[in-house]
Amino acid sequence: MVPLVDELLQTVLAGIATGCIYGLVALGFVLIYKATEVVNFAQGELMMLGAFFAYSFITFLNLPYWTAFLLTVILMGVLGMLLERAVLRPLIGEPVFAIVMVTIGVGIFCRSAVSMIPGWGTDTLGFKTPFGEKFLRPGGLVISWEHLAIIILTTTLIFGLYCFFRFTRLGVAMRATSQNQLAAAYMGISVRRVFSLTWIISAAVAAFAGILLSPFTFVHMNMGFIGLKAFPAAVLGGFGSIPGAIIGGLIIGITENFAGVYLPMGWKDVAAYIILILVLMIRPEGLFGIQEKKKV
Amino acid sequence: MRFIMKLNYDEDLRLFRYRSTFFWYLALVLGLLILPAILDNYFVSLLNFIAIYSVASIGMMLLTGYTGQVSLGHAAFLAMGSYTSAILTTKGCPFLVALPISGIFAALVGIVIGLPALRLSGLYLAIATMGFAFIVDEILVRWESLTRGNLGIYLSSPSIGPLTFDSEKSFYYLGLAILILTLLAAKNILRSPTGRAMIAIRDSEVAAQTMGINLAKYKTVAFALSAFFTGIAGSLYAHKVTFINPESYTLLVSIELLVMIIIGGLGSLHGAIYGTAFVILLPQLIILTKDHLPSFVRDQTGLEAGLYGLMIILFILFEPLGLYGRWLKTKFYFETFPLYKKETFKKEKKFYKAERH
Repeated sequence: MVPLVDELLQTVLAGIATGCIYGLVALGFVLIYKATEVVNFAQGELMMLGAFFAYSFITFLNLPYWTAFLLTVILMGVLGMLLERAVLRPLIGEPVFAIVMVTIGVGIFCRSAVSMIPGWGTDTLGFKTPFGEKFLRPGGLVISWEHLAIIILTTTLIFGLYCFFRFTRLGVAMRATSQNQLAAAYMGISVRRVFSLTWIISAAVAAFAGILLSPFTFVHMNMGFIGLKAFPAAVLGGFGSIPGAIIGGLIIGITENFAGVYLPMGWKDVAAYIILILVLMIRPEGLFGIQEKKKV
Repeated sequence: MRFIMKLNYDEDLRLFRYRSTFFWYLALVLGLLILPAILDNYFVSLLNFIAIYSVASIGMMLLTGYTGQVSLGHAAFLAMGSYTSAILTTKGCPFLVALPISGIFAALVGIVIGLPALRLSGLYLAIATMGFAFIVDEILVRWESLTRGNLGIYLSSPSIGPLTFDSEKSFYYLGLAILILTLLAAKNILRSPTGRAMIAIRDSEVAAQTMGINLAKYKTVAFALSAFFTGIAGSLYAHKVTFINPESYTLLVSIELLVMIIIGGLGSLHGAIYGTAFVILLPQLIILTKDHLPSFVRDQTGLEAGLYGLMIILFILFEPLGLYGRWLKTKFYFETFPLYKKETFKKEKKFYKAERH
């Protein structure tokens, strides 16, 4: 193949892998936003906690990768539930903005807590994955298994979530609650349980993203800042739409990688935010969002 | 309790509600004037930072507390003010000219940001302003011919004519003067039609529009005013620390400004100052108590950030009205002494969807 095409494909592929991570974090935002109208600014920090748990399971307890993966996702789900129960539930009915500030506080607290825990600290850590150092070479391309693993696992997770929301009673209850809490409550849905569940799923998805991301950025206390890049992804997708979050993530990821390869230094870091501001100026409801008129 | 009989509208618009209020404020200002004579440089320096950040948090309060527009990008306006002032004064422009220009420049940028923000509300606006702040930060790093990138700019202490404010104690008077001017300006804006329009927009956009308030105009004005004050604060900050680089204007600074007004109490100028004092003094308090803590706690680098995060959570959980709200409650308790009811300050909780439906 022509080298130029190879380079393009390579960039797109790396972009898709980064985009999947953005998409997963954005998915966490969207799930919580849809159900509770709160944007969780601590989503990136939940991802970081997930990565640290996985690191501990693999390094300190010598568990195999997949066991650690599963344990981390479950543990983070429990943590998400506790967080909702202890911090978010007492605030139901308060102004949305106060709740957002609380999530920012939770994020700051998580970062500092991680730096205080012995064995975690402020160092950059890493763990072995079954995909490390292995490459596929179709044609002139070089595809690392780690990238491929991200893409495959994300697709599986999305498919699983889709089935959950489409076919299970609980999933339908969650969708109903996100449309209208009051009506859902009248239909006998426990809105509180739905809120809990939303946080569980969202924290678990964050852990999932954290584990997949750690081979690239390594495990350290500031890896949660990548969560800030997921905001443009969520906004681009329309902030209330689950497929939108993933597609938004992919677009941001690919653009960012292209900016990194073909534009001067610095563009890579702001590309996502330039897209964000353009989207908000031209089409604030995003690609898949529905513009809802406020009723008085 | 005191009741006041208002006989005409002028009385309703008075700057100080009671004559005694004026007296107490005068006493406060006089007290503040002699304060540097008693305190040592360390505490005066803290007071200086409180004054500088108070100017910025008053700007923030106008936008978020009174107009209801949340911004997570005020660090960018602070940076605009700092860099404008730094670049102008290093090129030989006097401080007294550079100070208002940095405010005006920040206000112009505020208008530019405010325009797309008109279509946005709530969280979208917060996210958009956050994105804008990231872009500004990157520009500051990359435009090296103007900003010297990460190397930063050194600048001189402010001077007006023959007066140089190069010591902590002399800077204190400059900071105090600007803070008082800012407070008077903000107070006057708030009792003018502009301020009332802003408050109306905060309480209900639809209702405000129905009353004939031009939403676009007043939201832009709110953005511009807020950016102006923040820009002034930025200029002061730059001249106080005499060295600036892009690292002083991160997302954390924007969050800090928001935390100040939330802890202080949204929708009150008193709150802006209480909150600022609280946020500035908290780390110092932690440092002071550190010596008495066991060493495994003391040596933690993340301790301050952790307590800070915890503070935000606890305040919003247990005192959503902020420090000013706490003060009001205490005052009310004594005014109505045996008859105080907790429910007086109970807010109506909204369980319906406010933003989307």
